Amino acid sequence: MKPLSETVAIVGIGESKVGKVPEKSTLQLQSDAAYAALDDAGLTMQDIDGLITTPIRTEPWNMPCGVVASFLGVQPAYLSTLDLAGASGCAMIHHAAMAVASGQCNTVLCVAGQNLLTNKTRASAVQTMAESGAAHAQFETPYGPLVASNYALIAQRHMYEYGTTAAQMAEVAVTIRGHALLNPNAHMTKPITVQEVLDSPMITSPLKRFDCALVSDGAAAAIVTRADRARDLKQKPVRLLGQGYGLSHSYVGEAPRLTHSGAVESGRKAFAMAGVTHADIDVAQLYDCFTITVIVELEDLGFCKKGEGGAFVQGGRIALGGELPVTTHGGLLSACHPGLGGGFFHVLEGVRQLRGQAQGRQVKDAKLALVHGNGGTIAIHSTLILAA
Amino acid sequence: MTALTPLPSPNPLTEPYWQAAHQRQLKLPRCEACTKFHFYPRSACPHCGCRNLSWHAVSGNGEVYSYTVVYRAPSKSFAPEVPYVVAVVALDEGPHLMTRLTQIAPDDVRIGLRVTVDFRRMDDETTLPLFRRAGWSL
Ligand SMILES: [Zn+2]
Repeated sequence: MKPLSETVAIVGIGESKVGKVPEKSTLQLQSDAAYAALDDAGLTMQDIDGLITTPIRTEPWNMPCGVVASFLGVQPAYLSTLDLAGASGCAMIHHAAMAVASGQCNTVLCVAGQNLLTNKTRASAVQTMAESGAAHAQFETPYGPLVASNYALIAQRHMYEYGTTAAQMAEVAVTIRGHALLNPNAHMTKPITVQEVLDSPMITSPLKRFDCALVSDGAAAAIVTRADRARDLKQKPVRLLGQGYGLSHSYVGEAPRLTHSGAVESGRKAFAMAGVTHADIDVAQLYDCFTITVIVELEDLGFCKKGEGGAFVQGGRIALGGELPVTTHGGLLSACHPGLGGGFFHVLEGVRQLRGQAQGRQVKDAKLALVHGNGGTIAIHSTLILAA
Repeated sequence: MTALTPLPSPNPLTEPYWQAAHQRQLKLPRCEACTKFHFYPRSACPHCGCRNLSWHAVSGNGEVYSYTVVYRAPSKSFAPEVPYVVAVVALDEGPHLMTRLTQIAPDDVRIGLRVTVDFRRMDDETTLPLFRRAGWSL
């Protein structure tokens, strides 16, 4: 089989309106994203013969890929519901690529998202997430951890081992908020300062309110098709150069080390497959469920040494115009976090940057983008390296 | 103290752990081949792959590997207890586990603090292992 970089391409991307969108159901949000991606590609729903989606938490869906495909009127030769938690966005692209490359189908629609904020209050969304299995039902949930507590355990240990500071974590939130302000479709619209992050309410020490992802409504979609077909479509095709998965544990309580993640493995594989180095990467769309996540990913993906992630995020290095612009659409911290689909917006932003369509937040001459998804508590990882 | 909920529902894989805890004992699975302990329970030893496993008591001693003070409870049932300390304890026998620290002010918790197991009886069937500062008892 020829490499994925020569056989498939991402040809369409689309987002629903995000933030608080009470006028749309989950299916309407997904449908809006799907049609936006089709328009972007210059395709119609009749061209779609494969569909991948993720589970949702706002409604009980028996077979999400069947529900979504049926709603959109797609008769798929390939369909799948995929769940790698926060790593699902990157994994959907890889699965779509494999389905196309194997000849199973020609054109796959990947779509995910839900009305998490409208369907639940922020408080009930937090409870749903805490009880959704991120913590072990028997050995962890009875002790009362939030999802954020699991990441707080990582942050606390990282601070202890490497001297990482609350101000460094705050810098991640501030930088990514700055990026969101340049994204017209972002949930958050006001700037924040490091001091405001540090002064925000303590949720689960050392993580404060602004160290934590949003709860949003929103959906994102992308279309993957055959490379030979991609050439005739509206947009410059974006190729999948490298890809890797990594898994270090399933639950925080059984992780041998909380400061080292499966991103080491997923990154190593993706770079090896792409045949490029870190210096070649122009922009990195890193999963940012919490500020500490970005610091650990920068280290484990190899953009800096272990323990130096805190220093790396300071001084504008991960901001637009810096050495490695990170999560340029505003991420889960400031653009949109509708649950499992959240990491998919990172993929879309990677594509947008490589096409040169990121407008006010465009990274000049971006040729290579790394996109990283993280699921569980830095447990399961999916890395993509995309090329213009 | 108010009840911690939701309580665990033991299954055939985890029953020995919860039965021991209800007898105020901490028992973990141990590999008969390499003699190492592991946790959470599995079908095979994560160290050597051997499937000959049995449950043995551990010392109940260890140290705080990491911790977080929870100020905002995940649900109403935990709300009366905030702030509380959720910790990962590294047992002297090797495995880590998640737990709650008890009988200690949140400000006094440190990584590396020596701790020992304690037990909180929740109802007629369930007892939760917690940890307190070693050498301390109220
Ligand atoms: Zn063994």
